[in-house]
Amino acid sequence: MREAALPEAQVGIEGFQMKKTTVFMAFALGVALAMPAAPAAAVTFRHAFQGDLKGLDPYTLNETFTQAMLGNVYEGLTRRDANLKIVPGLAESWETPEPTRWRFHLRRGVKFAGGEPFTADDVIFSFDRVRQPESEFKTRVPSDARIEKIDDYTIDFVLARPNPTLPAEWDTWYILSKSWAEANGATNVQPATGAQLNAFALKSNGTGPYIITSHEPGVKTTFKKNPGWWGWKDAPGNVDEVVFTTIKQDATRVAALLSGELDMIEPVPVQDMQRVASNSTTDMLAGPELRTIHLFMDQKRDELKYSSVKGKNPFKDIRVRKAFYEAIDIEAIKTKVMRGMSTPAALLITPQLYSRAGEFKRLPYDPADAKKLLAEAGYPDGFELTMHCPNDRYVNDEQICLAVTSMLAKIGVKAKLEALPKAVFFGRAGLAGGYDTSFGMLGWTPSGFDSLNIFQNLTGCRDDKGNGSPFNYGGYCNPKVDALIPKISVETDPEKRLDYITQAYRMLTDDVSHIPLHQQALSWGVSKKVKLVQRADDILLYQWVVKSE
Amino acid sequence: MNRLRRILGSDLLWSFTRSPGAMIAATVAFGLCLCALFAPLIAPQNPFDLASLDLMDARDPPVWLSGGDHRFLLGSDSQGRDILSAIFFGARISIGVSLASVALALVIGVSLGLVAGYFGGRVEAIVMRAADVQLTFPAILTALLINGAARAVLGPGRVAGSEFWVLVISIGLSFWVQYARTVRASTLVERHKDYVAAARLIGASAPRIMFTHVLPNVLGPVLVIATINLALAIITEATLSFLGVGLPPSQPSLGTLVRTGNDYLMSGEWWIVFFPGVALAALALSVNIIGDWLRDALNPRLR
Repeated sequence: MREAALPEAQVGIEGFQMKKTTVFMAFALGVALAMPAAPAAAVTFRHAFQGDLKGLDPYTLNETFTQAMLGNVYEGLTRRDANLKIVPGLAESWETPEPTRWRFHLRRGVKFAGGEPFTADDVIFSFDRVRQPESEFKTRVPSDARIEKIDDYTIDFVLARPNPTLPAEWDTWYILSKSWAEANGATNVQPATGAQLNAFALKSNGTGPYIITSHEPGVKTTFKKNPGWWGWKDAPGNVDEVVFTTIKQDATRVAALLSGELDMIEPVPVQDMQRVASNSTTDMLAGPELRTIHLFMDQKRDELKYSSVKGKNPFKDIRVRKAFYEAIDIEAIKTKVMRGMSTPAALLITPQLYSRAGEFKRLPYDPADAKKLLAEAGYPDGFELTMHCPNDRYVNDEQICLAVTSMLAKIGVKAKLEALPKAVFFGRAGLAGGYDTSFGMLGWTPSGFDSLNIFQNLTGCRDDKGNGSPFNYGGYCNPKVDALIPKISVETDPEKRLDYITQAYRMLTDDVSHIPLHQQALSWGVSKKVKLVQRADDILLYQWVVKSE
Repeated sequence: MNRLRRILGSDLLWSFTRSPGAMIAATVAFGLCLCALFAPLIAPQNPFDLASLDLMDARDPPVWLSGGDHRFLLGSDSQGRDILSAIFFGARISIGVSLASVALALVIGVSLGLVAGYFGGRVEAIVMRAADVQLTFPAILTALLINGAARAVLGPGRVAGSEFWVLVISIGLSFWVQYARTVRASTLVERHKDYVAAARLIGASAPRIMFTHVLPNVLGPVLVIATINLALAIITEATLSFLGVGLPPSQPSLGTLVRTGNDYLMSGEWWIVFFPGVALAALALSVNIIGDWLRDALNPRLR
């Protein structure tokens, strides 16, 4: 439609000064050009991100971006709406007949993209699969929970102890088809560093609003509308086809948006936000994001894997952790690296999700004191270590890490930066790589939008197989914090619950378990032709995208 | 040896003094090489010393623009690194990689060319067919292939610290063909000459004849190729670094500087990419001009 309209307009303007017959011919030509495209031209939405979409197995990589992309194809028992409120998904309703029993009534008449009908067996299959050792979503269901099938469309989750927030994160626990997985040999979770790929790594088969028609990992992924999706009646989206590409270079990504080649990019690099906002064809969608960027320190190993210190682990000494914290000038990072588009954080959670966050303050920036602490700990001349960071995941991740290394240099710590593409970084520093890192950067959005998710995923003790908190890359462990987790998960009195949560955060900050840095800003660049929903968890769902020509 | 000395002694110098282009190019190249060589002494800042960087100095414009800081003559980058110092140190790395890779290509190419030309037969066939096959790939592609293979062998993360040598090997291995072909052609001519026969008569071994008798007589054209290749190697290194498979930002070559600066191209902070780009262009161009002039000066038909 757009392609045809342009020549017509040009011919029309030239034809104005031509003879009558020519004008007629020009008009006919214009009509001829416009006609074939006129009936229901397919709407294509072009979307680019700085990092790759690698494997498609929804249990492999617990990363917001991958979850968001797969959320267009798969669905959980619940969904979250534009305001992050929990709404029915593959389950139409649920109730708790007794505190330890949750009953879910499944939606009838839903079909997977491959044609398989959705039933309780698929939920049972997904329940077992998500708890496999290679899964990064193990904490979605309590490890001692059982599942009972009442009939094909009713299912009970039986818990060992009450859990009032059980389905809080189920919008990203995607339900897979049992029969499809069995037919395609994909019953096991694809490990992040696997040499062999199973069917779910390359293909998808969900119940959601879109279907992936082609997938070149790290290059391009094409989505097609699934007209049979049950939720279209409530979703305003009009996009028939989505073309997703990875564009790593900041300047290239911005140029493609400004020129109209793309409809949406994320993230807009902070240095170009002004330009995208002031451009006549694009809008800048910025807002506070729920993700908190932090630094982790290996406190589990007896000797750091990547350091000049041998025979002991300096991070086991709280003075060293404190020195690292005090060496970081977060205001300089905010003004110079983030250009004001960040909120320095004192906790691993954003104040938006934790009402008593104001009681906590960051340790001051104090390189002199940091040096003193290091000397007291026995490192007057500092030491060497390697820092691992992703370079295509968070806003200016590599730049922040570079800045951190130069700040650490000022207290005598020679940190060598290894900035890796996120797929490599997560595969190596995370569970799949056996936490092969000593010091590095990670960002975390609590999926349930609650502190419990932080304590379960980021700060709890863990073993080398990721049992416990799988995303506690540094392996920090304080059993007293862990002891609060069951209390927080069963407490129904909000005041008391908040109190437990505050106790836990108090211990974490006293221990300097991690070094929180900041909340970055959501940073989407969008063409003015496009209307979409920007959720605070940085998730874009295509069913809300409306594009006008 | 004799011929080489004679060339350097008279004709070449005479031709040089009559070629203003070559003189300007030589001045530029020599100046840049001096800056690179003495970077630790003359650079205002050591960009590798992280402790000397201050984030609050980040992205200051060049000194003549408003907001410029006298410590940063050509401005500073996103980490508060002085661009001028970064260029000096970057040129040092770029020139280092190019010299080392050209030397590697030279050693491989000349040896193989000599052997092929001297022995002929099957050895020649194998070497020259291998050269022909490699010629069908553009040098940058070969370099990328070798680079990728080296990274795969070393594994991710293990490459850190060895990027310099990975680059040298990948560029060196993609440039040997020209030397081999040239040296082989010259050797084919030389090996039937009387001095070779004489050397053979007194019982000199094949390697001895090749390297002490034939080699000095085929070196002239090799020198020309080496100079032109030096410029090519600088560009190839910059391209690889620009593509992100070269030197890391913590150890930036000119190409890496252009790559990191490229992110700020749209946001008005042009100096982060512009000055390293100019330095790279000046370096490559001047070396290339010298190479061209050397080729013409050594070509008897052009006299």
